[in-house]
Parts: sequence; C-alpha cells; structure tokens
Amino acid sequence: MRLGFILREVGTGLARNASMVVSIILVTFISLTFVGTASLLQAQINEMRGYWFDRAQVAIYLCTDFSTLGGCDQQQATTDQIRGVEAQLESPSLQPYIETYYFEDREMAYNNFREQFAGSQVVDLVSPEFLPETFWVSLVDPTQTDLIFEAMAGLAGVESVVDQRSYLDEIFALLNAGSITAVAVAALMLVAAALLISTTIRLSAFSRRRELGIMRLVGASNRFIQTPFILEGVVAALVGAVLASGAVWAIVHYFVRGYLVQELPTTVFIGYDAAFSTMPLLIGTGVALAAVASYASISRYLRV
Amino acid sequence: MILFDDVSKVYRGAKQPALSNVSLNIQPGEFVFIVGSSGSGKSSLLRLILKEERPSAGSVHVLGQDLRRIPARKVPLFRRNLGVVFQDFRLLPQKTVFDNVAFTLQVIGKSQGFIHEAVPDVLQTVGLAAKAENYPHELSGGEQQRVAIARAAVNKPDILLADEPTGNLDPATSAGIMNVLSRINASGTTVLMATHDAGIVNQMQRRVVEISKGRIARDEHQGGYQTTSIPLGEADTAPTPVQSEDGGPTPIRKNVDLSVDPDEVPSQFPWELRA
Repeated sequence: MRLGFILREVGTGLARNASMVVSIILVTFISLTFVGTASLLQAQINEMRGYWFDRAQVAIYLCTDFSTLGGCDQQQATTDQIRGVEAQLESPSLQPYIETYYFEDREMAYNNFREQFAGSQVVDLVSPEFLPETFWVSLVDPTQTDLIFEAMAGLAGVESVVDQRSYLDEIFALLNAGSITAVAVAALMLVAAALLISTTIRLSAFSRRRELGIMRLVGASNRFIQTPFILEGVVAALVGAVLASGAVWAIVHYFVRGYLVQELPTTVFIGYDAAFSTMPLLIGTGVALAAVASYASISRYLRV
Repeated sequence: MILFDDVSKVYRGAKQPALSNVSLNIQPGEFVFIVGSSGSGKSSLLRLILKEERPSAGSVHVLGQDLRRIPARKVPLFRRNLGVVFQDFRLLPQKTVFDNVAFTLQVIGKSQGFIHEAVPDVLQTVGLAAKAENYPHELSGGEQQRVAIARAAVNKPDILLADEPTGNLDPATSAGIMNVLSRINASGTTVLMATHDAGIVNQMQRRVVEISKGRIARDEHQGGYQTTSIPLGEADTAPTPVQSEDGGPTPIRKNVDLSVDPDEVPSQFPWELRA
C-alpha cells in the first residue's frame, strides 16, 4: 500500500515535469556514453598492451650497402660481423635474459614486407637488397631492453637496435589522451547532469508544495516524503544510463567489431565483454549521482 | 495536556519578542479560545505547540513530552497526535473530499481497510457524507472548512489546533463550524482555537486566553471576547496614559479589576484596548 502510494507519486511527478525529465535523460545518457567510451578506450589499451608487450621484440638491424648510420659505412655486414653479433647474444652475460632469438635474412624480410604491405604501391619500389638482415630477440622480461642496447652499441656491422615497444608507447599515449579527454568531457557533463537533476527535483517539490506542507503537518516521516523525489531522479537517470549502456554496446558492435576488425585485421580489439563489464559502472554512476543530487536537493527544500 | 512554562520566543531580527514569559496549562478535553489582536503572538503559540518553532526560553510540554527533547526525526511521529485547521482550508484541489481526508492517513502509512472505515466516519461527523466524491471547488467555504476539519480529526488526534478557522466565513456558516468543533471536543479531543470572532467567543462561553504583545493578558473560564469587567465604552472613553515601549502615550487602563484569575495577570500590564 505504501509502496503503491510512493510509486504513484513518482509517476505523477515524472509526468508533471516531462520536459525536465527528458533533459535529465539526455544529459545523463550523453555524459555516461562519454564515461563508457573512456572505459572502452582503456580496455582497448590494456588489450593491446597485453597482446603486444609479450610479443614485442628487440630488432637488431645489421648494415646494408646503403646504410650510413651506427657502425655502418655503406658496407653490408660481413659474415664475421654477423657471427660476432650472434656470439654476443650467446654470451653468458646476455644469454640468461634472452628467451629466444632468430636471424632474418633478406629474402625472409622481403617476404614479410610484401605480406605486411600487400596491396600498397610501396611493395613495387622495394627489393631485397634495401632491407637489412635482422636479429629478432625476445627477452625473458620485455622491460630489460637496456641490456641489449648496451651490448650491441658500437658493435661492428650493427646499424641500429630498436625496441618495438617504443612504437606501441606512441599509440598508447595517443589512446590515453583520447581516453582522458573523454573522461574530462564526461566529468563536466556529469556536473551538469547533477545540477539539472537537483533543479528538476526542486521544481517538482515546488509544484507539490501543498501536498508537502500537509504531509509535514500530519506527521508523514521525512523518508516517506523524500523517497518519491529521490526515486524520480533515480528513474530518470536510470533511463539515461540504460541508453548509454546501449550506446556502448552499439560502439563495440558496429564500430569496433563491425568496422575496425575488418579494416585492421592484424590488430587485437576489445570484444563484447568489454562493453558488458562497462555497463554496471555506467548504471551505478548514473543511479548514485541522481540519488545524491535529488537527496541533497529535497533535503534542502524540506529543511525549516 | 499542554503546558507552557515561562516560555519566550524571539524571532531572529525582531526587536519585540513574539511571546514573553508565557505560562499556560491546558487540561485534557478543554476547549480554549486564544484571542488577541493580529501580531499578538497567537500563531506563535500554536506553532510552538506543533514544534514548528523552538522556544527561545522556557519549556513547552505537549502530551507529557518535553518538546525540546524530541529529536528532529521523531517530530513527524509526535505530530500524528495533533490535528491542525487553517483559515484558508489548505485542501488539495485535484483530490476529492474523500481523497483529501484519506491523504492524511495514506501518508502516515495507514492500511486501505482502515482508511475506508475512518474516512466515511469522520465525514459523517462533519456532515459531509453526501459530498465525499465532490472536489473542493464544488463546495462552499463552510463545506471546505468542514473537509479541513475532517482531515485534521480523522486520525482521532488528542489535540486539535485551529488557527482562525472561521476567519473567511459568514456568521451562520461559522456557527456550523463551531458546532462541528464542539462535537469533536465532546468526543474527548482538546481543542485550541485562535480567533478574532467576538460573536463566537461570547456565545460559546468557554475558556478564553487573551494574548497581548506576547503576554497572557487574561485567562478566563467561560469568558467572552472582551473581559466582562470592562465595558467597551468605558474603556474607550477613560484611558489612562502610560509610557509604552516607544515612549509615546498609549491609552491603557491601569489597575483593571479582573474578576477572574487575578493572580494570572500582573497588576500593571501593557494591555492594548480594542476599539
């Protein structure tokens, strides 16, 4: 009976302030979509980091006839020099830190290159002699690249040593910046949503001030008086949060899975589980925000 | 039932106290008129009983409870023992008579069964059983006030506070309202009624407490609107000037002989006379 009464009050309150309620729904929807996007970006960063950091290798590029950098003098690395590099990798000072390594000759490099850039015109411009011979080294601990750098620096026949992770770090920095931007926009929008909710609740209380006055006079408990207003804000925000959850799912479904995965088949992407694990966060944030904002607003209105 | 012990009330920013050193004892089942000019402190007295205001000094006991000791969250429970009626009715326009009265019970969590028993009962008492499904705007002023009284009385409160309930009504209608209030009083509810209506007070011959400038000027059992010992004409023509608070002469009668309760009234008191 009490529950029915409270729910009826919530219903009339929502109906009476329909336009304000719609604006609450839209603002929470958009702000929580930004929160969800930021969370998806973070999930994507983690996904890529997890995938690539294990696979990231250190490349030891050897000299070609065209290279002038490092220890090269437009002279292809000799067999002795290649053996010298290999001996270093096998040496007792480096060997314990290296999981595996392999040597990539020109033909292999050329084939890999053609595979990687298949369909691009650059393939026709490159011939095997432009591509360096390379030692690909996988470390036991991928962060200990300094050891390789130290050991290989200045070694004859070595053009350069490159940690693949440095490329990844740039991508991550970019994605991180995007995610921070999304969080910042979301934070601003959430502030707007909170203010909008508290204004709407105040308006709703004002339009029911006669009822409120009588309720206070005849001894309705504060919780009984407040609950419909808090529920009103929570219901509106909940609708917004559910819409935002749908938007997050749609981003994963149509953009990530439906588009990016096709366009960039070699990259790992987040799956639906990332969207689903974001939804409780969105709904929780929306509901908590609305509950706090409406409680603060109605308490201030009821205080004498 | 209601006990004021040396109560003073000063509103923030106000120079004069709304009530000063008021002591009053009202027994269960009494019918008490609170009279006095506008701004004399009648409403403050009622608000203190409702715990809408806290006294600046002194203590108010209602229904055996010291109001200072009731914590804020228990105030709603305390108010369930009180019914209140206002001059402007304060009905909910979009609810029927029945729903207006039922609303009071709904919001304090009474069962549907109880509501369907108690509401027709109280509407019968105020004589509106036939208009249960009408809306407030379809009723006359007197009928609207009866609805308000029904709403205040439906929970069988121990105390009914009425703040000028006949202020907007003509004398004949007022008599009907007084009839209803008397009936509620007869069933055991203590009734406190603030009023300006001299005719009613004179006719009812109940206890009259007169408040003037925040002090109790008179407390008579079976009194009239004006004290019986000073005929109006004489008081008007024979004022004794004394220093009022603002320094100017005020027409006032000194050493009034009050036949009732002389101990309650100081021998000299600033008692404004009405024209």
